[in-house]
Amino acid sequence: MVDYQELGLKVGLEIHQQLDTNKLFCSCPSEMVDEIGKELVRFLRPTASELGEVDKAALMEARKGLHFKYQCPQKSSCLVEMDEEPPQGPDPNAMELALKMAMMVNASVVDEVHFMRKIVIDGSNTSGFQRTGLIATDGELVIDGNRIGISPICLEEDAGRKVESKGKEKTYRLDRLGIPLIELATGPDIKTPEEAKHVAQYIGGLLRATRSVKRGIGTIREDVNISIAEGARVEIKGVQELKMLPTYIENEVERQLMLIEKMRSLKDREAKVSGKVYHLTDLFKECSSKIVKSSLKNGKGVYGIKLKGFNGTLRGEEGKALLGPELAAYAKTAGVGGIFHSDELPAYGIESVECEAVVNELDMEGEDAFVLVVDEEKRAKDALEQVKIRAILAMKGVPEETRNAVEDGSTVFLRPISGGARMYPETDIPPYPINPGYLEGLELPETPDEKIKRFKKEYGLNKQQSGQLFRKGYDLLFEDMMKEGIDPSIASNMLLHTYPELSKEGYEPDDLLDEVVKEVLTRVKNGEFAKEGIPKVLGLILEGNSVDESISKAGLEVVDDHEVRNVIKTIIENRKDFVQERGMGAMGPLMGVVMKEFRGKVDGKKLSGILKEEIEKWCS
Amino acid sequence: MGKDVLEAQTIFKPLRVSQSDMMQKVPLTDVSIGDKIKVEKEGREYTGILMPTHRFSGDRIITLKLDNGYNIGLKVTDEERVVLLEKGGDIERKSVDLPSINEDLPKISILATGGTIASYVDYRTGAVHPAQTEDDMIYSNPELAQRCFPSVEVLFSKLSEDIEPNEWILIADSIIKEFQAGAEGVVVAHGTDTMGYTSAALSFLLDDLPGPVVLVGSQRSSDRPSSDANLNLLAAVEVAKSDISGVYVVMHENLDDNRCSIHMGTKVRKMHTSRRDSFKSVNKEPVGWVDPEERIVKVEGVPCRNKKEPKRIGCINGDVSMIYVHPGMDEGLLLNGSEGVVLVGTGLGHVPTRVISTVKELIDEGVPVVVTSQCLHGTVNCNVYSSGRMLAEVGVIPGKDMLPETALVKLMWALTLDDKVEDIMETNVAGEFSERRW
Repeated sequence: MVDYQELGLKVGLEIHQQLDTNKLFCSCPSEMVDEIGKELVRFLRPTASELGEVDKAALMEARKGLHFKYQCPQKSSCLVEMDEEPPQGPDPNAMELALKMAMMVNASVVDEVHFMRKIVIDGSNTSGFQRTGLIATDGELVIDGNRIGISPICLEEDAGRKVESKGKEKTYRLDRLGIPLIELATGPDIKTPEEAKHVAQYIGGLLRATRSVKRGIGTIREDVNISIAEGARVEIKGVQELKMLPTYIENEVERQLMLIEKMRSLKDREAKVSGKVYHLTDLFKECSSKIVKSSLKNGKGVYGIKLKGFNGTLRGEEGKALLGPELAAYAKTAGVGGIFHSDELPAYGIESVECEAVVNELDMEGEDAFVLVVDEEKRAKDALEQVKIRAILAMKGVPEETRNAVEDGSTVFLRPISGGARMYPETDIPPYPINPGYLEGLELPETPDEKIKRFKKEYGLNKQQSGQLFRKGYDLLFEDMMKEGIDPSIASNMLLHTYPELSKEGYEPDDLLDEVVKEVLTRVKNGEFAKEGIPKVLGLILEGNSVDESISKAGLEVVDDHEVRNVIKTIIENRKDFVQERGMGAMGPLMGVVMKEFRGKVDGKKLSGILKEEIEKWCS
Repeated sequence: MGKDVLEAQTIFKPLRVSQSDMMQKVPLTDVSIGDKIKVEKEGREYTGILMPTHRFSGDRIITLKLDNGYNIGLKVTDEERVVLLEKGGDIERKSVDLPSINEDLPKISILATGGTIASYVDYRTGAVHPAQTEDDMIYSNPELAQRCFPSVEVLFSKLSEDIEPNEWILIADSIIKEFQAGAEGVVVAHGTDTMGYTSAALSFLLDDLPGPVVLVGSQRSSDRPSSDANLNLLAAVEVAKSDISGVYVVMHENLDDNRCSIHMGTKVRKMHTSRRDSFKSVNKEPVGWVDPEERIVKVEGVPCRNKKEPKRIGCINGDVSMIYVHPGMDEGLLLNGSEGVVLVGTGLGHVPTRVISTVKELIDEGVPVVVTSQCLHGTVNCNVYSSGRMLAEVGVIPGKDMLPETALVKLMWALTLDDKVEDIMETNVAGEFSERRW
């Protein structure tokens, strides 16, 4: 068990939530579509600042020499998204929502919102910048008894949706570009991986309470800032699944610990990164590796550098990833496919003969390592320059960087962390004044604590149930069900117990539409089938059946009381000796037999009532 | 704390407002733009750099750049306390290594007149500044040095809506000078709003051009990475190096960043307020296209580069008015004392019948009246309908398929020549009209 307190873990979240309004700076609907629409080809150019400095993140993107293809679906993009028309003023509904959120986290709203341009030249914004405005600062929430600072609260536009990345061409669809996002950043006040999940759940609940945010996968995204005392701030971008949040944090802590440990051993060994790039193609003329062979045939070469003192730091026992993937990620920014390093060779068809030749050529000693790149000379040399940069950083510990979240809980290097200096005023949008009177007039939804208390009181749930409904994001659905007169315990039981069971069986119950689930429970309420049939019916719906089909396939058509009574009579008749012997004591065992017959078709209470009556009748 | 604590009063008094720049409504006091300050407001503290107040900001609002890079607007009244934390000092522009100039490459003159195309960005404020020097241009477009031996001159720095007809003469004469000094081609960097007027004017004023004169602008300002300025400028340079002569406009062909169209200077018009492919040839196809990345220039039916001595013919008489015809128009508008009038008529070149007597009055006084069409596409024809025939009878000069703006500029020019205005207007001087359309 890792003691996160002792490691000085600090976690901050940046939560981005899509709003269910029109787009932020035009009148397009905020809808994702399948339409491709017309396509545009564009380039983006980083511009050196007045100070002659180009942002290092911007530079790294530009070095990739990419061009961008934009799909412009007519239904949800217009000239504004194409960067062919100036933006319109911010959508008033989106602005109102952002202000409500600011009030809900007790933040101070600015007197005028000034939208800014945040330079982003990975192509995700046609303009080369994201428009973002700071709405409020200095908010705070108390979650599980801990104070969590919330600052700043921003309103910004979502980026284009990446469709494809092929060679030097990246394709984006503009349907997502411009969808309003509320960005809430917490302070570095979170101390454990689990707490991060709770905080995210809580804030997610606040956002949902406005009832004007988008739902579903991809509509809320989290960036996570993680550091430990001896490490550095690393930003993990694009966490979409809340339940994975602790995993990303745990993995990142492990990675930082690894980097710190390697830094120590590199220091002990007096590791050094030599400047020279060796041209080693001649040593690989006879190499049987397919990659090397075909590359050499295409006029590429093998280039390498020596990393003095790095032996064994690149890859651990049983292939454990150490510094190797870190160096490879930097190399890839120069456009190469990857690297070969001495900790993993011989392998991939590269034999020990070649390795020894490299060791000799590079004049290596026992603790030294080498890194090879097979590519065109310029690209290979650029890549090795990047490897050197990363290797030098490795001797200093954990570099600050931005990493992308991968679905399996791991992360990959994206770029060095970007500085705050990449923001300039958006001169096309005038300042947006916030009138204090307007703020006071805003109607705020109830807070989570109020809601949990109310659920207890109004619906007779216990604290745990109401808390879970909220945390799991079912509170709004639950309340809608209550309005339709559905039984609270049936509804909460379905959401809190049936759903997890369905998940275990491999279904995705969260894919069920709210309307469908409500329909199912209304049918139960109307007596069309018994609550015991709910799991089976939901399962069938998730397999693609309609509600009617599912009820019928589940064999749950209503059986009338008369028929039930007849079947029960027959059951008793068939076991008359047993009933004779036990009297009312036969009730329990017979109930099992009756349930087997009617489970899901007839309410259990009713069955036991009829059974009891019939046994009494029989005995008398 | 003493002097470092400032009353709100002093921050805002006196307020200096400059009309010329959106970003220059500056609160002026001991605190100056760029200083680090702290504002204490309603129990909270805001620390940041004082930025120029936005022109559209409300009363007593200051702009503060917070440490996270965001600007916010804060109202500072007598209630708030402002503390000066640190003087900002002047930020000096670092000397940037400009690419070295290769004098063996074709010599191309770049004349800057203003507009986005000839500007660079102040990344402290995001404001766009006009390029003042050759270095400013090359600083923003270092690729220039790989493609030509650039010689940059800033003639003036104006929004194109502020360029007046007499400045066309200055531009024309500067172009001649550049050719005389050995330029192989001249690029004129220009704001886009009136670039079509200037290109028409240069087409009439300049004669015997030995090489190309290329006007170029930009629709998306250079303060954004997606600006079209760089691609357009490089495209213009490629055309300026090519083996043609004459006056052209080079701008984005479509919404892709790959090709630019080459338009005849007299047939081109800005047809969209904002798109990067705003410029279109009207009543004529573009004369060619250029792929700046691949350095390909394709042209058809244009004069070749030659050894002629360039000269200017005539001058410009700005006293010509253009009148847009519409239902309910006041015919008195025609009697405004101009020395020439261009009517932008309806359909084939018509005016309300009731206006025709006023047109006759003008012509009888010796004021030439040219009629063009607000349809833009297609030619004027005064023979089809009676109102057209009546206009022809009173002596209106049909503008054929000339753009109204081109007709205006041509009339301004024709008025300064010795020949009869009517004859000049009906002669195709610089490809401004064509006999065939499809």
